[in-house]
Amino acid sequence: MNAANANGLQSSVPGEADLIALYRTMLLIRRFEERCNALFLQGRIPSTLHLYIGQEAVATGVCSALRADDWVVGTHRPHGHALAKGVSPRVIMAELMAKVTGCCRGKGGSMHVGDVRKGVFPAVAIVGAGLPIAAGAALSARMRGTDQVAVAFHGEGAANEGDWHEALNMAAIWKLPVLFVCENNLYGASTHFSKAFAIPRVSDRACAYGMPGETVDGNDVVAVHDAALRAVERARSGAGPTLLECLTYRQCGHSRSDACDYRPDEEEALWKERDPLKVAAARIRALVPPVPFDPSGIEADVAAEIDDAIAFAEESPAPAPEDLERHVYWEGD
Amino acid sequence: MPLMRYSEALRLAMTEEMERDPTVFVCGEEVGQYQGTFRVTEGLLSRFGPMRVVDTPISEIAIAGLATGAAMAGLRPIAEFMTWSFALSAMDQLVNHAAKITYMSSGRVTCPAVFRGPAGTGNQLSAQHSQSLESWYAHTPGFKVVLPFTPADAKGLLKTAIRDNSPVIFMEHAGLYAQRGEVPDDPDFTVPFGRAEIRREGTDVTLVAYSLMVGKCLKAAEKLEASGVSCEVVDLRTLVPLDMETIIASVARTHRVVVVQEEWLNVGFAAEVAARLADEAFDELDAPIRRVGGADVPMPYARELEQAAIPGEDAIIAAVRSIVD
Repeated sequence: MNAANANGLQSSVPGEADLIALYRTMLLIRRFEERCNALFLQGRIPSTLHLYIGQEAVATGVCSALRADDWVVGTHRPHGHALAKGVSPRVIMAELMAKVTGCCRGKGGSMHVGDVRKGVFPAVAIVGAGLPIAAGAALSARMRGTDQVAVAFHGEGAANEGDWHEALNMAAIWKLPVLFVCENNLYGASTHFSKAFAIPRVSDRACAYGMPGETVDGNDVVAVHDAALRAVERARSGAGPTLLECLTYRQCGHSRSDACDYRPDEEEALWKERDPLKVAAARIRALVPPVPFDPSGIEADVAAEIDDAIAFAEESPAPAPEDLERHVYWEGD
Repeated sequence: MPLMRYSEALRLAMTEEMERDPTVFVCGEEVGQYQGTFRVTEGLLSRFGPMRVVDTPISEIAIAGLATGAAMAGLRPIAEFMTWSFALSAMDQLVNHAAKITYMSSGRVTCPAVFRGPAGTGNQLSAQHSQSLESWYAHTPGFKVVLPFTPADAKGLLKTAIRDNSPVIFMEHAGLYAQRGEVPDDPDFTVPFGRAEIRREGTDVTLVAYSLMVGKCLKAAEKLEASGVSCEVVDLRTLVPLDMETIIASVARTHRVVVVQEEWLNVGFAAEVAARLADEAFDELDAPIRRVGGADVPMPYARELEQAAIPGEDAIIAAVRSIVD
């Protein structure tokens, strides 16, 4: 397992309330994705889904280091990014079910969920393309004189796209307030990292652009949070971008048509042992002095929130036929 | 009204809009210190400073993506491509992101960006630097596509483009930059999208064109007039939105039409105009709709071959003669 924890327990371990809040967000993402999968299999969600199961600590750790007015650009696997940044499960679920109450009013679907009121742009589902867009948002913050920060989430596969290199270079030369978060989940679709990279770490590329690169245990929400916080503070202070590589693992197939039979069982088992929820629970149980931790209350709470989202989505109407040709162009606020 | 070059009119439009709206900025290769490869952005850096006149590395993907992201976050970028040929590297950012974000978000996010630069053929620049690709963008829902012919339109249409809340593909013609014309210096002067202009009135044949080809149509019309054929010349100015009303009204007077484009003939914009005329004005037509366009070949280098590949007055005249004689 290539999951060394760069920070270790001696880093700024959050208190009980913080840890439990992080755990709750991760559990919300996990259970939301599991329910989405079930709804997909029942035919209640169409299209396909790219599930975030196994990677919850990355979105949760990064977004917990952001302010409400900071921006996030997600990927084709965006539910976790949106939930972690505070987008309501209702409007995400309604979007997945193609309802007019969805965050894109039923025109975007799973791969484009987002809510700009929460700082989440509609997700960019072309690999690597979100990085220049996030850099543009960061440039706008500088021009408007705000201290907002933009985050571009991307898989390790994106690091072999031209967009990635052009965006890192541009952000570095102008010291833009942007954080490039590489979710290295070991596989670009079915292609193993080792077949697509001749270097051991994506973060090794940061030095080529003149920015710090760091690799952290992406299944440890505290490690992710700490590293993201450093990068965000750096960006906000005007010191420029950071490439943060989070080592994690997609616990399911790339999309719903992927049976995921190209990965060794031992590898999957190893990563399940390092499940981000287990790691976070261990963090909570290791608190000194010890605190009682019973996740069943959080489970019930999260289940109720998702039930509510599903009910809201199912009761919502589909877009009207006349919506087809609306919003090709801007029509007014 | 002051007389100025097409390139100066573009610069005046940007200057006025940057004065008027602090969210407008210019970015691209060589736009600042070098003042633009075709000098379109001359003087902007010294006037507005490096925060608003941003020299970028040679990174078309990131230029397009940066402008898209900045526009999504509330600014009004004017991104210059050194030529539209180089924008091919950025097609994903343009087509998949800039053009679609408004629709994908049902209008909750928009992209008020202008993508501009020189397009068109000529000067023996050969296959990779000499081409017209406007139909690629006109084909994509979400873009407005603008190709000015006169200096006044260059100014008025660019101002409209900058103020528009949707992404605009603004294709200047390198062969027009030095053309002079009267340009209103009123900062409130704009030219609306979707209104074609009749550049010359005539009674026998309608010539529909845009950008540099309008000039070739005007010259062809002069020669045809001498031999007794009266041509009306309609300058589309914007391909999206398209002013079919003006085209049809003209065809209703002349009953004959030739649609002229510089880009490759196959699947080009003239075919769209012809198809719409066939659908919407079939009964007005007394002759087949003719199209004139570039030869369907990558642009060759040799002058003799290049001139044969670019539509000229002779081809326009021949097309007209084929439906009046």
